[in-house]
Amino acid sequence: MTGCSDYLSRRAVLGSAGAMFAWGFAPRFAQAAGGRDTRFLCIVLRGAIDGLSAVAPLGDPAYAGLRGSIALSATGEVPALPLDGFFYLHPALPELHRSFQAKEALICHAVATGYRQRSHFDGQDVLESGQPKPGMTASGWLNRLVAQLPAGSTVRGNSGLAVGTVPPLVLRGPAPIVGWAPPVIGLADDDLAERVLSLYRQRDRRLADVLERGLDVRRTVMESGRAAERMDGNPGTPGGMRTIARGAARLLAAPDGPRVAAMAFEGWDTHANEGGAKGRLAHLLGGLDQALVAIRTELQEHWKDTVVMVVTEFGRTARVNGTVGTDHGTGTIALLVGGCVNGGRVISDWPGLKPGDLHDGRDLKPTLDVRALASGLFADLFGVSRARLGEVVFPETIGLRPVSGLIV
Amino acid sequence: MSEAVGRDPLGAFREEIGRGTVPQPTAPDLMPTAQALKELEEEQNLFRAARRKGNARVAANPQSEPTPEETMVPKPPLVFQRQLASELKARLRLAIESETGFIERLVWFWSNHFAVSISKGAQTRVSVGSYEREAIRPHVLGRFEDMLLAVEQHPTMLFYLDNQLSVGPNSPAGRNRRRGLNENLAREILELHTLGVNGGYGQDDVVALAKILTGHQIAGLDGRLGEPGTTVFNPGLHEPGPVTLLKTVYPDTGADQARSALRALAHHPSTARHIARKLVVHFLSDRPDAAAVERLESVFRKTGGDLKAVSLALLDLPQAGETEFSKIRLPQEFVVAGFRLCNLQADRLYGVFMQGLRALGQAVWNPGGPDGFPDDAAHWESAEGIKTRLDVAASIARRAQSLDPRLLAEQGLGELAAAETLQSIRAAESRAQGIAILLMSPEFQRR
Repeated sequence: MTGCSDYLSRRAVLGSAGAMFAWGFAPRFAQAAGGRDTRFLCIVLRGAIDGLSAVAPLGDPAYAGLRGSIALSATGEVPALPLDGFFYLHPALPELHRSFQAKEALICHAVATGYRQRSHFDGQDVLESGQPKPGMTASGWLNRLVAQLPAGSTVRGNSGLAVGTVPPLVLRGPAPIVGWAPPVIGLADDDLAERVLSLYRQRDRRLADVLERGLDVRRTVMESGRAAERMDGNPGTPGGMRTIARGAARLLAAPDGPRVAAMAFEGWDTHANEGGAKGRLAHLLGGLDQALVAIRTELQEHWKDTVVMVVTEFGRTARVNGTVGTDHGTGTIALLVGGCVNGGRVISDWPGLKPGDLHDGRDLKPTLDVRALASGLFADLFGVSRARLGEVVFPETIGLRPVSGLIV
Repeated sequence: MSEAVGRDPLGAFREEIGRGTVPQPTAPDLMPTAQALKELEEEQNLFRAARRKGNARVAANPQSEPTPEETMVPKPPLVFQRQLASELKARLRLAIESETGFIERLVWFWSNHFAVSISKGAQTRVSVGSYEREAIRPHVLGRFEDMLLAVEQHPTMLFYLDNQLSVGPNSPAGRNRRRGLNENLAREILELHTLGVNGGYGQDDVVALAKILTGHQIAGLDGRLGEPGTTVFNPGLHEPGPVTLLKTVYPDTGADQARSALRALAHHPSTARHIARKLVVHFLSDRPDAAAVERLESVFRKTGGDLKAVSLALLDLPQAGETEFSKIRLPQEFVVAGFRLCNLQADRLYGVFMQGLRALGQAVWNPGGPDGFPDDAAHWESAEGIKTRLDVAASIARRAQSLDPRLLAEQGLGELAAAETLQSIRAAESRAQGIAILLMSPEFQRR
C-alpha cells in the first residue's frame, strides 16, 4: 500500500514517494556571486477576499455606514490594528501586523486585475493566466516568468513548486514544475458544507437532516481540538492553510529545492454571515496569518530573500448585503510579505467610498492593476526586462507602468 | 461516460450484457491463487525458520548476537501486501475505464454476496483479488450453479470460513486426533449464499452440509495431496457415510458429494427467491416491490439460474427506468462514479480511493463479516457517513479542478439536474467547490 501523500509531478522521477528528497539528484547551479538567492511564493485566495474588511479604511467617512454590522472599529473589545492612521488591519491578522511594523509587509489597496465581470472561475483564470481576458488558460504568469530567466539560474533550474493535487494555473505552462500536496482526506470546509446543506434543504429533506447532524458532531469535535489538526490538509480551513504553507516552505528552504511556489487557499466567498472582528472571515484570516508565520519560520535564514505575494480574483461589494455578507465586487487588496520587501507602507491611490466613487455604484473602484504591482516586483527581484514582462509574462501590459521600489 | 450511455443507459447496459463478456482486471504482477498462496507460505516459512533459529540460539546463550540467517528475512512490502495493492489498483482501473460500469456493478454485487474479508488473515489478503477473478467474474453472466461451485471450492473461501479446520468426526483423522466439524462454511452457504435465513433449513441441515464439505482442503507446500495452493480433496478428513440434507440423501461419493449437494442448493426454490430479493434490494429499493421480486425469481427458476437472463430481467423491470431515486450510492459506487465523472486516472487516485473508502466504512474486500456490506440506504445514509462524503467529495474535486463544473454537470446529470443544483454549482466560489457540490448533489448521491 502506498503512503498517505499524493504527489503530482510532470517529472517522472518524482512519480512516487520520495519527492521530498528528489531535488537532491537535480544538478545544483552555482549562485551568481553576491546575488540574492530569492524565494518567491504566490498565494491565491480563491473566492475573492473582502479587502474592505481585511484592510479596513476606517479613516474613510463612508466606511462605517456601508458596512453596518460587519464594520470594524479602532476601539472596542476586538479593535482593528492601526497601519497608517487611515487603514487598519483586521484583528485576526496580528502576525501580519507585526510584519508590517517590522517593515516586512507591504499592503496594496484598491487593486484589481483587468477583469470586470463577476464570475469566480473566469476571474481566477484572468488573475492566474495573467492574460487580458478569460479563456486563455494555456499557461500562468509565474510559469512564463520562470521561463524568461537565464537557463543556468537556480530559479529556473530547480523547477517551480506547484502546491496542491492539481497545479494552480498560475504555475502551469512550458517551464518544468514539481508538485506536492499534503496528505488528504482533509476536512471539507464550512463554506462547502453550508452550500451543500442549503441545496439539500431545497431538494432532499432526508439528506439535509443527516448532514446537519453530522456537521453538528464535527463542530463539537473541532471545539475540543485535535481531530481537525490531525487530518487536515484542506486549503479551505485554517489548519489546512498552515499545513500547506509549512510543507511548501520546507521544500523551498532546501538548498537544492524549488525557488518559486504557488498555492491556493479557499473559502473566501463570504456571501452570508461574513462576520466582523470575529466570525467566518476572521477565522479564515487567522489561517492566512498562521500560514505566513509558518512560511517565515520554515524558511529561516532564507526569509531575508523571500517575497510572499497574496492575491485574489476580485473584491466584494462595499455595502453589506441582506445576509450579513458581501457579494462579488471589484477592487480589493494585495499583500507583499517577506524579508526583502520594502514594507511598513500601504500603497493606495484611494478612490473613496462615497456613492459616486464606487465602481458601478457598488464596488471599491480599482486604482492599481495587480499586474503593474507584479511587474514592478519581478523587474527588481529577478531583473526581467520591462519588454518581457509587458509582452510575455503579462501580455498587452506594455503600457502599464510597473510599481517601483518594492524591494530593499 | 460516453454519450450513448447518457442518452439511453438501460439500452447501453443491455448491449453490454448481451455481449456476454465480463472483463478481467489486468496487471503484470497479478498471479493465480495457487501461486499467491504458495509464495505466501514460502515467505512465512522463512520467518518461522528465522524465529526457530533465534529461539534456539537465545536458549543456548542469551548474550549471543543474531546470526545473519536470522536477520535475512524478507522485507516489506511482503507478498500479501504487494498482491493486495496490485489487485486493488487493477480492479479500480477497470471500474473507472469500463464502458458503462454496469457489469462491474454486477461483479461487485456477486463479490459482496460471496464476501470474504481481508481481515481474516494473510491468506485472504494475498488471494482475495484472484478469488474474485477466478470464482466470481467468469460466472457473473453465466450460471449461478457454476459460481456457487467455484466459490465454495475456492481456497480463499475454504480458508475464510474455516473449512480448512473442519474434520469429519468419524474420518480417520477425526478418530485419531479427536477433532471435529466446523460448521462455519456450511451455515453461511445456507444462510447467506443460497437459501437465505428463512429459506427452510434447520440446524440438522447445517451439520449435514458441514459433514458433506469435510475433506475439501488447500494443498500445502509439500504437495502431498496436490499442487500447493490449490483445492484438493483429502479423504482422510472426510466424514464417511450417506448424509441427509434437506430431506435428500447424499451417498458418500467423496469429493462429488459436496458438488451434488451444492448443485441442488443452487436450484432450490428458496435460493431463487433469496437471490431475486437481494438483487432488487441492491439495485432498486430497500422495500422491494413484490411483483419485481417474483419476476426475477421466476426468470431465475425458469432459466435454471442463468445470470445473464436474470440481469437482463432486472433491467426490464418497470422500476429500473424510474428516476425517483430512493437509494443512496454505496461509498464504493460514489467514489468510483466521482472518478469516472471527473475522468481521473486510477493510479493517481489510489491513495484517496483507499483512504476515502476506509473513512466511509466500505474499504474494498473488508466487510465486517461473511454477510458482506449492507445494502440498505438506512445504513449508509447516516450523519457521519454523509458528512464524510463531503470530505471525500472535496478531495476528489480538488484533483479535478482543471475541469469546468458546469460542463461536468451537463455530462454527469443531464436532464436529471435540478435547477437548484445547477444554480448552486454556478454560484460556487471555485471550480473545485463547484465540482464538490455536483458530487454531493442529491442527483449524484442517489440512485
